[in-house]
Amino acid sequence: MKKKFSLLVLLASLMLVLAACGFGGSDDKSDGDKSSGGDNSADKTLNLSIATEPPSLNPQKATDSTSGSIIRNTFEGLTRVDNKGEIQNAAAEEVKVSDDKLTYTFKLRDAKWTNGDPVVAGDFAYAWKWALDPKNASEYASILYPIKGAQVYNEGKGKVEDLGIKVVDDKTLEVTLENPTPYFLELTAFYTYMPVNEKVVKDNKNWFSEAGDKYVTNGPFTLDEWKHNDSITLKKNEDYWDKDNVALSTVNVKMIESSATANREFDSGNLDYLGSPYNVISLDKMNTYKDQGVLKSQPYAAVYEYKLNTTEGPTKNVNIRKALAMSIDREALIKNVLKGSQTPAMADVPVAIAGFENDNNLFEGNNTAEAKKYLEKGLKELGLKDASELKIAISINTDEGHASIAQFIQEGWKKNLRIETTIDNAEWQVYLDKVSALDYQVGRMGWIADYNDAYSFLERYDTAKNGNNDTGWENKEYKDLMTKAVKETDEEKRMEYLKDGQKILMDEMPVIPIYFYSNEYVAKDYVKNMAPDKLGNISLKEVDIEK
Amino acid sequence: MLKYILKRFVYIFIALFLIITITFFLMRLAPGSPFASEKSFPPEIEAQLNAEYGLDNPWYIQYKDYLISTAQLDFGESMKYKGRSTNDMIAESFPISLTLGVEAMILAVGLGVLFGSVAALYHNRGVDYVVTTIAVLGISVPSFILAGLLQYFLGLKLQLFPISGWNGFIYSILPATAIAVTHMGFIAKLVRSSMLEQNNSEYVKMARSKGLSKWGVLFKHSLRNALLPVVTYLAPLFAGVITGSFIVEQIFAIPGLGKYFVTSITNRDYTVIMGTTVFYSIILLLAVLIVDILYGFIDPRIKLRGGKKA
Repeated sequence: MKKKFSLLVLLASLMLVLAACGFGGSDDKSDGDKSSGGDNSADKTLNLSIATEPPSLNPQKATDSTSGSIIRNTFEGLTRVDNKGEIQNAAAEEVKVSDDKLTYTFKLRDAKWTNGDPVVAGDFAYAWKWALDPKNASEYASILYPIKGAQVYNEGKGKVEDLGIKVVDDKTLEVTLENPTPYFLELTAFYTYMPVNEKVVKDNKNWFSEAGDKYVTNGPFTLDEWKHNDSITLKKNEDYWDKDNVALSTVNVKMIESSATANREFDSGNLDYLGSPYNVISLDKMNTYKDQGVLKSQPYAAVYEYKLNTTEGPTKNVNIRKALAMSIDREALIKNVLKGSQTPAMADVPVAIAGFENDNNLFEGNNTAEAKKYLEKGLKELGLKDASELKIAISINTDEGHASIAQFIQEGWKKNLRIETTIDNAEWQVYLDKVSALDYQVGRMGWIADYNDAYSFLERYDTAKNGNNDTGWENKEYKDLMTKAVKETDEEKRMEYLKDGQKILMDEMPVIPIYFYSNEYVAKDYVKNMAPDKLGNISLKEVDIEK
Repeated sequence: MLKYILKRFVYIFIALFLIITITFFLMRLAPGSPFASEKSFPPEIEAQLNAEYGLDNPWYIQYKDYLISTAQLDFGESMKYKGRSTNDMIAESFPISLTLGVEAMILAVGLGVLFGSVAALYHNRGVDYVVTTIAVLGISVPSFILAGLLQYFLGLKLQLFPISGWNGFIYSILPATAIAVTHMGFIAKLVRSSMLEQNNSEYVKMARSKGLSKWGVLFKHSLRNALLPVVTYLAPLFAGVITGSFIVEQIFAIPGLGKYFVTSITNRDYTVIMGTTVFYSIILLLAVLIVDILYGFIDPRIKLRGGKKA
């Protein structure tokens, strides 16, 4: 009897576990039915994937391109950048710029939030002030600094009344800038500048953490469903002012962390597009797609660079820095390691930036003879006899790709300059702290422009204190040029200042540019008008499907 | 019995306290900050962020706050995923990992016991060699290789199963198999060896000589004794499997709990690190307790008395 009882208990406990599991399973099944039901209808559905759960879908809190790739399509700023990189009026119907280029007057068009409220100037003012309020700790607030009084207020020293944001009436927003900012209308398309519905935000602190009624937007798509860590579904916004020009009815965005898995989903036809920001092509598939002739590429306003610590060690010496920069064979690196269509960088401002197409020649790359001359000079200044006495450490954040690049460069420096190099790596969060504390000699970094202007790249080195400098380098003349460029209203003169600045930067070489990124992507034949712009963004509004 | 269980609960609380303390200090000793970002922001904003999460307090205040919030089982808001509470993140992802884990457990235990018994019954014959080879292969092929192979051949090439995602039973088959195979191999080997031991014992010989069939002896007598070591193995296995596998979830894009164990650490997402660690510890400690209690039922020779171990 007793034995039978114990068996029964064992069985019963197993059943209990099974029952608990069946519960979850049936739930999942009903979900499966729902999603497969929509697939066969005639409406246009685009299937995409992103690599991670978006950290924040609040426009003022987002800091990354994954979140941006959703926000840009659910919200709409005063202006928008289309897939050709052209700036168009969006929530604003008309923009007037004063002669001194300091005052922008935006006339808003009649548009509605998804909850039926009209989009008013106050929504923009509220969003911008919210982001700048130091209490809200918006990590990307600095992109609003061109607005008058923004920086002081954000740093806790100014007052909100002094901000150059004025709501004239419900349909008119007047913005005063600190300095003439030729790219300001591009900034107003950036997600931090997007409006939020004041009432919704005030009612609910975490309005942005779930899809549903509380997530009120004004863009071409609505956030229909957000299954955390699993998928996001966007639906065409039927209340959008320009809905006749939105072709897609549904966009499914799956979250697939492994790029190998995403590539397999693309190969089997479950994804329609692969390429930043909607996941990436894995390195090992690059050649396959190239052979099939389907790999496409767009220039990308971004630079991959090796920062140099100019405050101590051998990299304090400018000639050593130059020698290191010149002896890298960038073409071979791109051909053998990266395998994409990147451009060797012999300047810090990418060729994709308007006006800098012909400036990629500020020093000679892969010129061993010249590099050796600089090296000898540098060694003499340091009081060393031989290059083998130099010890240089490359620091990278842990990643296979960065490691291969570092190994290639290590090999080159050893072969060409006989410099011994070590490579050390650290996790991303640790690495960032290490670089900003100048606890490194040579450190890899990338910089992607938030707006298509050279100032985005050059501004980082204006002072040693600049949080994005990370090299300890500063130069009086360079700083003056940057200040002049900011104040200048004449576009040609401004360009000249920036170009002169870049020459100084490359002459002093606190940072070695390695290559300019390119944006590789593949798309199914029936996907039309889908390509990333120079900043790596895709506007889904224009995308169409023709099956 | 009740006294024993109560005593065990006290031990569980002590263990949890130690785990929370050690995790807290290790977390703080590790370099790197949750708010380090590629594009810098002003120090004022960083100070504000630290204040929001209480990171500007001295360590003993932070430690005290952590203990209190953990006691209330409220781990706070994630530092990486804005506006998301750690509790919600666990509550949403755990049922998925649990379902997948239970499915994998059923596969592993069912097939493992079957294979092990068959191998023992046909000791040193063809079937035994085949089963043992499968078991050893299962143990030695890492789950991420198996997951990749299953996904490539059964998912992409033959299109029999979905490649990735979580939308119903069919989606769980490949990942559950990938998780189960290693454990199945272990269980098969365990069952086989303890079964062989039982087969040589006198009660089995006795039963056989009375004319019971091979399988009859197995089901009525030897299997129950042979399963004891398996039950021991099940507790940590169960706790491990139902809390998700980072690598399998990553490959099959499953929104489970497993990924948080790894990504929360690389993100230095303190609140999520604490939440997942405490959650996992509770499950592990409870699973061990349950197995110890189950022992008493399976084998009456084991008596559960307060604290004294045989």
